[in-house]
Formats: sequence, structure tokens, C-alpha cells
Amino acid sequence: MVVVAMSGGVDSSVAAALLLKKGYEVIGITMCFNLPDSPCGEPRCCGASAIADARRVSSLLGIRHYVLNLSREMERDVIADFIREYQNGRTPNPCVRCNEFVKFGALLKKAMALGADYLATGHYARIIKNGSYHLLKARDKRKDQSYFLYRFNQDRLRRILFPLGGYTKDAVKKLAKRMKFGVSEKKESQEICFIPRDYRSFLKARIRSSLFRPGRILDDKGNVIGTHQGVGFYTIGQREGLGLSCGCPVYVSRIDTTENAIHVSKRQGMYRRRFMVKNLVFPSGALKRKTRLRVKVRYFTPEVSADVEPLEDKAEVSLREAVFAITPGQSAVFYDKERVAGGGVIEEVLD
Amino acid sequence: MRKRTVYLDHNATTPLHPEVKKTLVAAMKVFGNPSSLHKFGREARALVEKARGDIASFIGAQHEEIIFAGSGSEANNSVVNILYCPAWKGCVGQGGLVKKRRIITTKIEHPCVLESVACVAASGIGVTYLDVDSYGKINTEQLKEEIGKGDVALVSVMMANNEIGTIQDIKSICEITHRNGALFHTDAVQAVGKLPVDVMELGVDYLSFSAHKIYGPKGIGCLYIRKGVPFCPFIRGGHQERGRRAGTENTLGIIGFAKAIQMRGVEMQAEAKHLFGLKKRLKEGIQRNIPDVFFNGHPEDSLAGTLNVSFAAAEGEAILLYLDMEGIAVSTGSACASGSLDPSHVLLAIGTPQEKAHGSIRISMGRDTTKDDIDYVIERFTGVIRKVRGISSVQGERQT
Repeated sequence: MVVVAMSGGVDSSVAAALLLKKGYEVIGITMCFNLPDSPCGEPRCCGASAIADARRVSSLLGIRHYVLNLSREMERDVIADFIREYQNGRTPNPCVRCNEFVKFGALLKKAMALGADYLATGHYARIIKNGSYHLLKARDKRKDQSYFLYRFNQDRLRRILFPLGGYTKDAVKKLAKRMKFGVSEKKESQEICFIPRDYRSFLKARIRSSLFRPGRILDDKGNVIGTHQGVGFYTIGQREGLGLSCGCPVYVSRIDTTENAIHVSKRQGMYRRRFMVKNLVFPSGALKRKTRLRVKVRYFTPEVSADVEPLEDKAEVSLREAVFAITPGQSAVFYDKERVAGGGVIEEVLD
Repeated sequence: MRKRTVYLDHNATTPLHPEVKKTLVAAMKVFGNPSSLHKFGREARALVEKARGDIASFIGAQHEEIIFAGSGSEANNSVVNILYCPAWKGCVGQGGLVKKRRIITTKIEHPCVLESVACVAASGIGVTYLDVDSYGKINTEQLKEEIGKGDVALVSVMMANNEIGTIQDIKSICEITHRNGALFHTDAVQAVGKLPVDVMELGVDYLSFSAHKIYGPKGIGCLYIRKGVPFCPFIRGGHQERGRRAGTENTLGIIGFAKAIQMRGVEMQAEAKHLFGLKKRLKEGIQRNIPDVFFNGHPEDSLAGTLNVSFAAAEGEAILLYLDMEGIAVSTGSACASGSLDPSHVLLAIGTPQEKAHGSIRISMGRDTTKDDIDYVIERFTGVIRKVRGISSVQGERQT
């Protein structure tokens, strides 16, 4: 028996259909987080209309469908951390945490308790068994989501299915159309599901204003060139909304929470090569010595070649070419060709 | 015990009574429009009017005091809508209420009343929501105080609550209302066909009920409108129902409704006794086997077949899911399936804490429920709750 996490969208609907075709007994579950609907009326992945869509697809497929309340887990393990990280001057990646704690955490646990053998989702990634289990990139490299899924050990990989890993997005869309789910035209979700507008207004609504302490904006030479509204409102690489007029474009290059200061640099000053990573996970075996791998420091940043050196519970990463706006709080994911070798959270950028 | 299928969601809807089904199949050959003057129309008209008469007499009303609607929700909406009528004097017969601009209802009404009241309120009509006590009974002192202000046009209080089963003393609430010159409506969707209901005895001005809650077909509701009280059609554009509800009659629905009502007359009394016995058995079984349970609703003044129970440190959706796997169909007080996680407004109104409201299950039995069903449910419930508590994210709430 397989539990499929269904959002009512194309991907998870096709994933459920493919598993059914393979002969699995399939149960659809939609997670409900009680999040406010987005102001422009776009349906959320977990809102009322998503639930209605998932229920409709499930009834077309003839499978059982349930809604599970995971709002407590979402709040405790993802949203609270998101807010804390911004306050600490880091830029979190809530999707990575949601996968670790909510989807492939609490939901996986509940699916197993239901008697399921596997939990499946519509993610684009692959899991293969070759002695041990390995997480691989999706066949469709443009859609590959392995970056968000690196935090699983063997015990979890064994219980997860990604039915879409071998398909291209176009093929999945065609399948959805052929199956007449009526969900193929939906706009894809890219934004953070619990942020209705932008993260700054979200933080403002969630945190007491006294916690936002204005401070200085400094340039490369240490000159004060402006005032910021509180470190939580800034992210590395940010250009807009700094309220500066210094002629040429500058970017946030460092957030110093001890001094409550924001440092800005010109574009050429934004490239870095060396950083420390913590909270490491190695899905199919820990790294023992310094290893040449490919590293991705953000979902939308292309991977680059790097030496990864394990140091007790951390790792030092030295990129072979400098990368723009390496950001503490984001994940660095290590690839060995197709395989996800491991990853962790960027703690500190060295140089 | 071997796995079996047990339907315990009769407050959501009921299976068609076999006698109703027979009647419907026979009536399917009648296709005429009851408004047509020819033979085909007359044939349909005769069945509709016979049904109207039977339903009217079941609740002690006159046939012309009964109009059919698409659902109990529509019937309830129609009553609240009277206050919204822009041409008040034109269509109500009595224009005397025009200066009264307030409605009193309760915090535990069905959403079809609460949301239509909220909509009317947006147009400037005042609304007062009466509190209820921990059993779900309204506070009549609060009603007296509020209605004494003299600006109230309508009071709407449900007869039996769909979630917790609590039955209100409609007769005395109606008396208080009339003494203060307001009109009284009751949503009796969960009451008619389960309890004796007589509109003359109760004195109500409007009363709504529905067929599919009492083994009749879906898509047909009924509204009693006492002769001489104001009314304004909710659906316009036809002379049907004496101009009070436009649209070609749902002939089959009406015929099925009347048959369901007739069968209620035969079965209701004995069934209520049977269900009270089963409820007692179920309650005791749950209490014996499962720690940290709380029963919601009034211990006596309650629908015979309805049992609402909260389990500490468990989530309603998960309980429902596991019970479904065991073949047991119930419903939950938390409305996650509708996209909102707010727990039931009824449970909150009777003072159930949020966490407990989330772990609530409504069990509603019906005419086919047997002792064996209940014993099976008691047996499976125990394991299910243990399992759900094991995976619950609500920790530390449980009293040990």
C-alpha cells in the first residue's frame, strides 16, 4: 500500500495514477495547514480548492482520499524556524525543512502507522537501490528537485517513492491531459506556501516591531551610507529596497547581527569561494576525506565543482570558481554526478 | 470480530428507505409539469398536492403553509432573507416589522443560518448571537434581555443540533419571542422525523426540514410558513408554491419526501427507544475501554442517535481515517476537509477547549444500526484511538 501526498495539482495526481497502474493499493492524503488563502485568489497547494481538486482526482481514480491536519508540525518545525532564522540574519529554506519534518517526517510517520509500505509524492527526483539506497537527480534536469530532498537517511529513502523521477514535466502534463484530470492547466507553485505576499510583511505581522532594530548600512570601506530597518528584512544578494543612492548598484553582502549592521558591496565584491556547512546529511554514507564533488548553493544557482572536506560535525567547502551571493541559512547540496552525496546548511562564508 | 461496514453518519445523510425507493421508482413514470393544465400536468399536480397534505399533517400544519425548496439550507436561507427584502411592504402582507432591524440567533446554528445572517448583517441589520451553556442549551435570560430592547424582528433557534444533538425547549423560546412581538423560526432539519414536532403546539412562525436526513431523497427541503406571517420569496420568477418559491417542482423529490415522512410516522417512536439503548451501550463501551474521553451535548435532551465524543491527544481527521479503514463511517468536529482547520463552532460555543475540539468525533446512528454494529465499533475504536494517540502531534495534553 502506498500513501500519495496529493495537492490536487498535475504532479501528485499523475504520481498517484502511475502507482495505481503499477498495481499498488493507493491512498491519497492532502495535508492541511490552515494557511490563509493568497490575496490574489490563487489557490494554495493546501487550501480549500486544493483539497477539492485532490478529492476530485481521487474519486476519478477510485482511491480513498483523506485530509490530515499537519498545521502544528508546520508551525513548530518550519514557520517558527523560518522566523527565527531571518531574525538571526540568515535566509532559511523552508521547503527543505518542510520535506524533512513535515512531508517526509510527520506525514511519513502517519502513513507508516496506517500500514502503508511507502509514501509517494510528485517530486522530480529518483531513488535507486544499489546495495544501499541512493537519491538521484530527476531525469528532467530542468525540473530536478533533489536539492530540496537531500536530508534523508537510508531508513527514509527505503520508504519513499518518486514515481515522476523518470519522466519529463512535458510527459507528465501530457499524461494528465490524457487522464482527463482537468488539472493540467494549473499555474505552478513556486512561492513559499505560507507566505501570502512577501516575506517581509509576513515577518512584520508575526514579530513584535520592537524586535526590528534599525541599524547602519556600511560599504566595503566601512563608511556608513544608510540606515536599515532591522536585519530580518534583508537577504544576501538583495539589491532592491535598500534606500540608497550611491550611483552604481550595490548588493547586501553580509549581515552582521552582533553589530546590527548590513554590509553592501558592488557586484564584483559579491563572489565567494569558501564556506562552512553544518547539520550535514549523507544519504548513502558519510564522507570520510576531502572529496571533489559538485555543489549547489541555492536551488536556482548552477552547480560548481568543489572540494568538500569533512571536519567533525561540519564540512568546509572550497569552490573551484567563485559564486555570487552565497547565503547563510540556505542549503549546500553535494552531487557526485547524478547522485546526491550529501548536503548541509551554510553556516558561515569564509572568503 | 470480523470486519464489517457500519454507517454511523446519519446526521450527514441517510440511506433511502426501501419503501421510499419503491414509491420513487413507481413515480418515475410521471413526468408532467405540475403547473400544466392538461392530463399530464394534473397527474403530477395530484401527487405533489397529496404529498404536501401528508407532510403538512405530519407536523400539524395546513397544506397551504408548506412550501418545498431545494434543501433545508435553502429553506433556512429563505427565512433569514426576509429581513433583507428591499421591497419589504410590497411582498410581506404585514408591513409592521419594517422598523425592527435586528435578528437574534445562537452560536450553534448550522452554517446555512449563520452565514446568511452574516450576509444580512453586512447590509446594516443588527445581529445578536445567543450563548449556550456547556450542554448546548441557550440562555433564555439572555434572550429575554436582548429581545426586551424592542428592535428585534426575528429570532432563529435550531431545534436539535446536528453536531452534539442537544434539543432546545423551542416552545418556551417561541413564547418569549412572541411576547416581545418578534417572529420565530426554527431549523428543525435534525428534528422532524426524529422527535414529535407539532407546529401548533410549538407556536413557531417558520420551521425548516429536509428529506434526506430521514431516509428520503436528496435535493428536497421544506419550509413551514404560518398563515399570515411575512414572507418574501428567495427564488423569484414563477407562480409555484403560491408565488413563494419559483421553479418547477421537484416532483419526485416531493413524492419521496412524503413517503419518507409517512414511514417516520410508523417507525419513529420505536426507533428512538432502540437508538437511546444503543447510545447508552456505545457510551459505556467507550468509557470502559478508552481513557481521557469527554462526551459533548446534553445527557438527556438529546437526539437519540447522536453521540459526540472528544478524545484528548488525538486528531479528529486521523480518527476518521483509521475508522474508515475499519469500515466505520463517522464524521469529525474539525473541518479540515473544507480547507479550514478551525474546530467546530458548536464545540467551541459549549466551551470545549481547542485541542479537545480537534479530537472530536460525531457518531450518528440510524434505523439500520444494530447492537452488533455498536459492539464492533466499541472493539475497533479502542485500537484506533491507541494508534492515533501514538502518532499524534498533540503531546502532553493527556491527563494520566
